[in-house]
Amino acid sequence: MRSWFTARLPLAELEAAIRHKTVPQHRHSIWYYLGGMTLFFFLVQVVTGILLLLYYRPSSAEAYDSVQFIMTRVPFGWLVRSIHSWSANLMVGAAFAHLFSVLFLKAYRRPREVVWISGVMLLFLSLGFGFTGYLLPWNEVAFFATRVGTDIAGAVPYAGDTIVRLLRGGPDVTGATLTRFYGVHVAVLPAITTALLGLHLLLVQYHGMSVPPSVEERAKRENRPVPTMPFVPHFALRDLFGWTVALALLAGLSAFLPWELGHKADPFASAPAGIAPEWYFLWTFQALKYMPAHVLGIDGELIAIGAMSLGAMALVLLPFIDRNTARSRTIVTWAAIAAIAFMTTMTVLALTGGH
Amino acid sequence: MPIRGHVPQSDQPAGRRSVLNWLLGTWSAGVLGAIAFPVLRYLVPPDIPEAPTLSVKGGAASTLAPNSARIVPFGSTPALVIRTAAGDLKAFDGTCTHLACTVQYRADLEHIWCACHNGHYDLNGKNISGPPPRPLAEYDAHVQGDEIVLSRKA
Repeated sequence: MRSWFTARLPLAELEAAIRHKTVPQHRHSIWYYLGGMTLFFFLVQVVTGILLLLYYRPSSAEAYDSVQFIMTRVPFGWLVRSIHSWSANLMVGAAFAHLFSVLFLKAYRRPREVVWISGVMLLFLSLGFGFTGYLLPWNEVAFFATRVGTDIAGAVPYAGDTIVRLLRGGPDVTGATLTRFYGVHVAVLPAITTALLGLHLLLVQYHGMSVPPSVEERAKRENRPVPTMPFVPHFALRDLFGWTVALALLAGLSAFLPWELGHKADPFASAPAGIAPEWYFLWTFQALKYMPAHVLGIDGELIAIGAMSLGAMALVLLPFIDRNTARSRTIVTWAAIAAIAFMTTMTVLALTGGH
Repeated sequence: MPIRGHVPQSDQPAGRRSVLNWLLGTWSAGVLGAIAFPVLRYLVPPDIPEAPTLSVKGGAASTLAPNSARIVPFGSTPALVIRTAAGDLKAFDGTCTHLACTVQYRADLEHIWCACHNGHYDLNGKNISGPPPRPLAEYDAHVQGDEIVLSRKA
């Protein structure tokens, strides 16, 4: 039996590769587990997303009722939907933590530039998943969040109107937008994500884990190699422990704090007081509140879009911006700390209702 | 590009190859373009012209108490009908000029407010505080019998 397979599949090579794979062991090794944890939440999303697909109906007339049906009538439907919502949030949280840990440990350095870029793209895709998925229950908060989120694109010079129409499937947020977001959420984004995730994981295997500069320099000074641990079973079991903790957290949150559905969207109702987007968009939301209508004659929204695009671009191109000298590494670290401080402050202000 | 160790016997094959490469490139670009163009056009939805709404009914005038408001559909967009504390009728396009949320009347402030980004408008629709860049468009509001009628300003 075994020989039948070994003759047809590269099992021996695979086994040897797994046996020889090691992971560097040092005082920052704990951060190596965040990528795997993000992957875990992504897998949960795939499974629960497929389950939700079986009952969900993507039209403005039926979407809300179908989600309500899932939550009230389908056995364990409330749990599946709650897990999908919580896991989405935990996945974005884990992805952000993964990004910043990789940034602080300078793991984007040569030859891992492509790993970094694919990772940043995956984070953007997660935000895309979050934005499109948020609308699908067709509730009040989601309706206005989508109106605001898509309207921002209208500030882009020349192409603004076309982009808004492209995003909404028409001039306004309607059932056409819902159908479009549904298609993007369940087909377009998963396809791109799967391909990019494959590349990301393949490259991580190919290059191995990055050793932070401080650990590398110390090993060089002391003239000894960086200690390692075998991937199987040492690292894999630790990873498994992390996944178990993640699963426990997810199950606890989903069961004890089930995700709310809210009120059905009504295009002819005022935006309710206290309306806010998902927590990971809160800082942009708060910054938009502070942005004056015009700054030096330029449209405030345009400035917001410009700043966000520049920030995103700088994040993607970080491996090329950092010249990999001690000085430029320090600058990157402080810039990242400033970015985190800004995002945290804005989020706290949004949560405490600051105007 | 010649393969290492392979010397073309004359210019003829290399020239022929570049023609073939050119044809292959042009053909690929043509095929990709023929696929991409309809796909891109398909993604942008068609314009469906709507008959412009000139006037709508805004509900009974007697049920709209002073210092309160209601939202009524004006075509496909919401309109805000306000009875001011002084008893005057006012009507505005209900879509915030900032990022397209639907505004509401705040009885405590006696003016118009948008919950999304804390934009404020006075009772003439003028943007007075927060991020809105422009005033709200005003509609004519008058009463026929007991029915409020909203119409676009001429």
